[in-house]
Order: sequence, then C-alpha cells, then structure tokens
Amino acid sequence: MDNFLQIENGKAIPRAAIPEVSFDLFFKSISQFVKDDGFIVQFFVYEEANVYKLLAVVRNSNLYAISTEIGTRFQSFTRSVSEKFHMFEREIAEQFGLKPDGHPWLKMVRYHKNFTGKEDVFGNNYDHDIPGNYSYFQVNGESIHEVGVGPVHAGIIEPGHFRFQCAGEEVLHLEIQLGYQHRGIEKMLPALPHKRYPIICESIAGDTTIAHSLCFSQAFEGLGGLTVDKGAKIVRSMALELERLCNHIGDLGALSGDVAFNPPAAYFGRIRGEFLNLLQVLGGNRFGKGLVRPGGVTHVMGDEQRRLIRDKLAEITPEIEHISDLLFGAPTVLARFEHTGTVEHSVAKELGLVGYAGRACGIPYDARVTFPNECYGELPANTNSVTNGDVNSRATVRREEIMHSLTLINILLDKTETTAEEVHMQECSLSPDSFVVTVNEGWRGEVSHCLLTDNDGKVQRYKVKDPSFHNWTGLAMSLRNQEISDFPLCNKSYNLSYCGFDL
Amino acid sequence: METYISFALAVLAAPLFPGIILKVKAFFAGKNGPPLLIKYYTLIKLLRKGSVYSTSTTFVFKLGPIVSFAAALTVLLFFPFAGQAPLLSFHGDVIVLFYIMGIGRFFTVIAALDTASPFEGMGAAREVFFSTLAEVTIFTVLILFYRMSGSLSLATYFTGENPITLMGQSGALILLVIIAMFMVLLAENSRVPVDDPATHLELTMIHEVMILDHSGPDLALIEIGAFLKLIFYAAFITQLIFPFDVLNGITRGLIFLGILSLIYVFIGITESIMARFRMDLVPKFILTSFALVFFAAILTMGVFQ
Repeated sequence: MDNFLQIENGKAIPRAAIPEVSFDLFFKSISQFVKDDGFIVQFFVYEEANVYKLLAVVRNSNLYAISTEIGTRFQSFTRSVSEKFHMFEREIAEQFGLKPDGHPWLKMVRYHKNFTGKEDVFGNNYDHDIPGNYSYFQVNGESIHEVGVGPVHAGIIEPGHFRFQCAGEEVLHLEIQLGYQHRGIEKMLPALPHKRYPIICESIAGDTTIAHSLCFSQAFEGLGGLTVDKGAKIVRSMALELERLCNHIGDLGALSGDVAFNPPAAYFGRIRGEFLNLLQVLGGNRFGKGLVRPGGVTHVMGDEQRRLIRDKLAEITPEIEHISDLLFGAPTVLARFEHTGTVEHSVAKELGLVGYAGRACGIPYDARVTFPNECYGELPANTNSVTNGDVNSRATVRREEIMHSLTLINILLDKTETTAEEVHMQECSLSPDSFVVTVNEGWRGEVSHCLLTDNDGKVQRYKVKDPSFHNWTGLAMSLRNQEISDFPLCNKSYNLSYCGFDL
Repeated sequence: METYISFALAVLAAPLFPGIILKVKAFFAGKNGPPLLIKYYTLIKLLRKGSVYSTSTTFVFKLGPIVSFAAALTVLLFFPFAGQAPLLSFHGDVIVLFYIMGIGRFFTVIAALDTASPFEGMGAAREVFFSTLAEVTIFTVLILFYRMSGSLSLATYFTGENPITLMGQSGALILLVIIAMFMVLLAENSRVPVDDPATHLELTMIHEVMILDHSGPDLALIEIGAFLKLIFYAAFITQLIFPFDVLNGITRGLIFLGILSLIYVFIGITESIMARFRMDLVPKFILTSFALVFFAAILTMGVFQ
C-alpha cells in the first residue's frame, strides 16, 4: 500500500504527485493489491517525450494511483495475476503497439492502427476491411458446430460479432468480437477545442449520456477549479437516476418480450417513454443530451418542472409495482429466468464485473456509495436480495434499483435549493501538469474518465472507460454450457453497450 | 356443391383467424393491435414483391415453399368442415394426410438446409425433433379413434351416425384428446409456449428461422401454408367439441365458425398469459400430450373388451 497514492474522485492532483516506481515494484504492488480484493478502474498507457508510462487507478474502498515506465514489451498481468487485466492489456497493445508478454488471449480489441506508428502487435494490415487477422477460439470434434451471429443483426441494435462453439444446443464457448463502432474518441479529444468536448462525451454511449457527460464535467471542474452549486447537483443526480430508470424499465420490458410474455413488454415500453419525457422536462432532451456542463447544468429546475415530475412519478409508481409483480409473479417467466446464464460469484469477482451484473453476483460495489459525488453523499443506499448470478438475479437487481431510484428522485424533489443560473460550455483554463479521475455509477455500472494535462494546461491524454469494458466477458461466461437458444435472454439481461466499448 | 363452398371458404378465411390471435394478444397488452385483416395485407404485399435467391442455393430451395403450400392445401381436401362430406375420402386417408403434412415439412427442412446457414440448420434440427415427438401423439390419437369407430377415414370420424365428439359416448376420453391436440397444435404451428412467432431472435426460433431466407411470393406461399395448417388443427379440435350432424345448413356453419374462432381466441389467451418454455422443456411438453392420449387409449381397451 505504501507505494500507492490515495486519490479522490474528481479531485485534480499534480502529476508529479503520482508515485512512479520501477516496473518490478509496480508489478508486485498491483498484484498484491488485486489479490487483496482490489479492482481496476483505469489501466492505460500515455506517451511523454518518447517514453511510455503505464498508469493504474485501482480501488478497494478508496481510489489509488500508481505509475511506471515501460518499454515496447512488458510482462503481462493477465496470466499470472488476474483476468481483470485481460482487456486493458489488449487495449494497450492495440493503442500503443506495446506487447504484454505472456498474455494468453492477445487479440485486437477494436481494429485500428496504433497511435504511435509502431509495428502492429497483431500483424494486421489496416488498409483491409474488418475483421482482419482475428483468430477465433475453436473447438474441434465430430458433432461440434460453429455458429456466427452478426455483426449485422435482425433487430435494430448495434453491430458486434458473436461466435459460438456448440455441441448440439449446448454452447461450449462464446467469443465476442467488437470494434465495429470504433470512432477514435480517445485519440480525437485532445486535439479538439473545449467546446466540442461535451458533445463528443455525450455520444460515447447514447444510452449513458448523463453518466458520461457527468464524468467529463466533473473532470473539467476538478482541473479548472469550477464549483457547482447545490441546485445544479440536485438536477444532475436526478438526471442520472432518470437515465437509470429509463434503461432499467426498458430492459425489463425487453426481457419480458424475449421470453414471449407480452403484456409487461408493452407496458414497460410505454413507461420507459414516460421517463424519457421526464428527462426532457428536466433538461430539454429525451436522452439527456445538452444538460450537464462543467460548472453546472444548462436548465434551471423551477417549480413547474418539480410539479410535473412529482405528479408523473405519483401516477406511474404504482403502475411499475403492478407490472413488476405481473412479470416476476408469472411461474413461466421465472422458469425461464432462474438458473439461466449463471455466473458464479468467484468468476464474477475474478472478471471484475461492475454495476448490476456484478451486484447480481454478490459484488455489492456501487460507485454512488463508495465514491459519492453530486448529492449521493446524503442519499440512502440500495441493497439487493437476490444475488445468484443468473438472469433472474440481474432482472431482480434492476427491479430493486428502479424502486430505489424512484425513492431517490422523490427525496431530491423535496430539496428546495435551485441553481442560480444556467451554465453553458465555455473555454476554461485547466491547471497544467495535472491528473484527475472521475467515477460515476451509470445505469450499467462504473463509468470512469481520466484526464492528464500537459505543462500548457492542454489535455494530453483522455481515457474513457465504460462499464461494458468489464462486463462483456461476463456475458461470454454466462453462456458456458448454456443452451444457445438462451443467448438472447442472457444478452438482454446484461444489455451491454457496443459503442461504449468501441469508443 | 356445399362441399366445394366449405373448402373454398376455409382456404379463403384461413388468413383471417391469425388476425384474431393478434387482436387478443394486443388486448392483453393494452394496445389496439393491427387490423383484423393484417394477414391479407401482408400476403398481398409479399405477392407483389420479387424473390431474392442466394447464390449458394439450388432448385431445392425454390421447391420448399411450393411443396409445403401444396401439402397444406391437399390436407384440407380431406377435411369434413362442419360435418360436411369432404372432397376426398377413402379408407386410410388419415394416415395419408398426416404424411402429406410430413412431406410439406420435409421440403421446408431441406430448403432450409439448402441455404447452408447455421441458423437454418439449427432450426431444422429443432423442427424435426419436435415434430417427430408430436407425431407420436397424433398417431396415438388415430389408434384411439380406430378403436372407437373402427375406421381410418377422417370423414367417418366426424360425419355420419356416430361422430367422435365430446357429446358422444366416450366424451371423457375426447376431453383428453382435445387437450392433447391443442398442445400439438401449439407445437406444430410454432406458437407460444413452444415457439415465438413474433421474435426476431434467430437463435431462439424454431420454425421461423427455417424460412429466414425466403422472400416475396415464396414467403407468401409458406405463410398461406402455415395458415392452412393452423386452420386444419383448429378445425380438428372444433369437430371434436361439437357434433355438427345434429344441425343443418347455415346454423351448423355458423356454430362451426364460432367455435373455430373461440379456439383462436384461446390460442391468443394462452400466448398472452404464459412465457415461452426453455428449449429443453419443449420435448416434455409434447410428450405430456402423448401421455394424455395414451392414457385415453388404454381406457378404451378396458371399455370395449
């Protein structure tokens, strides 16, 4: 622990304060930390004067930072320490052409040229189209068959490829290959003027607009010394909870539709629309775009808005309770949900699952409780009763979070503080040579942004992490020895983001 | 003459009834639902379109829809609608007609395999497995009916002096048959809880996934074939419920239509109040229907010997 620097969520620190240790010490410290129930928040490389620095932000009940210098090859943590590093190391290999030695699953993540112009670790020629040089894991044997789904799917969803190795109806292995939506956000951001940042960050994942724009805004507030008044914090917390409600309710409906149980699917679909409309009442956009900005919010919540939201909640809360009872009370639905797509607690912990996917496996981590910002310090926490790791647990956790979020919004509505004025995006001077990491509990789980500024106060490295980055592997594990016909149900119970992963 | 009219009516009205199912499901979901004639509109739309064929397919792929449609149409020729003498009837026609249905399915399956798509292969495997199980139930029903009427002709079962109905001598046994045949109807026509006709998720489909690559008029033929097959099973159950021989003319036809519609309504209700089974429960569901009719068949042995 001595080698780590304890940091705070959203608070900028000078870069010089981050301890830089030798790689051996770094390896030893991180290994020990992860073995003692530590998890990774950020694990990325940045380039400085032709030297590559590996920076890790890790958490237990606090946040810590540590860094080291690495060469073009470094020892992989994945095989010898923990599966938690798996995706992060592949990302580093892809972004900077640095090879993690001994990585057991070294494949590309998003299919793009590395930032440094080095020779490609995967031997890809990027003048060719996707999917490039990607070797799928294969199972051989008589009666083994392979099913490939996507990247173009039957529904209006995002692109991603799923490769199943099956013995009859049973899935032995599922490999998920993404990257079709890679837009190069991390590389693009440092080159842009500040006014474009919020627009880009809102679009990292369209269904997690509020959480990502909160992460960005808090990072700029930390670096630019901006303060946010109480009224704006209330609006931001409410927006985050409304976003959670829209998505959880929409997903419960979709889960119901996937098992061909129509009534809740229809009712939840309508109610999701009601919450999107409330988000518009609050911030002028049904998906929460253009609301959160560094220093505050662009819409002042007046009595009119409070009344509209309060009345609507009073109207639909009993409906939600009814429909949840209908869904979770139907024996045929429970027969489909229970024992489907189970991820053991130990596996979930080894993978470092976050959000409801983690909580459904008995990992209670909730960034709103552990690293509270905005109004969350004064709001009650949620607990989950069903944590078996199956589809039923994930659905029940969401049901509980829906009721919890409704309570939170009602508490927030009772607070009388109103923000003084609208705040819009403006150029702000960021403190030079600084570092900040922000963590928020988006509806899917822990969303985190990390910024490093250079000595002119310009953004040097912008690192984004969506919870899907952790959780896609969880979906793959859910399908082990599961019937292939249960895949859509398992997939919907996670409902992970493709674009949030692809960046 | 009436025979021709009832056959023509059945074929023409077949796409109407699935509209009833959709309406019932929409009612349970608190929606207006599509218009009652939606299936006609869909068919007209499909028939006006062109067909797209994958370069990896052969003539087998084009044969699938035609044969499955022809099979479904042929089967209806044997059916005594509302106790009306059918167009075709001979000793042993029940066995022929169920195997004609089998031919239709066989061609749908090889057309699916012809696409070489892994989804369609999976769907075909499921379809064949589940319908093999359903066949056991169907033939046990025929054994039962043979014991009751001494005949192997559909027309004899449902027309004449002693039709097999719920109101007849061994009505209690027919109750079991009705339940079993309703379960078979759900399984054979890819309805919830066995299959989900509304899903777009290829990996969970059974029947729908086999026809993913068909388009335009080919798809229309497959759809009509499915409507005809559904009306066959629904009419079969309708006949079991009511003895049409006791009434005459228009009344008989109207009661027939009424009960037939009620069966479709009942399908809609079933689909609204329950979720799909997990795939590995489907065989148990179908075999339950077999257990019911097998039990009924055993009882007849005691009764008549």
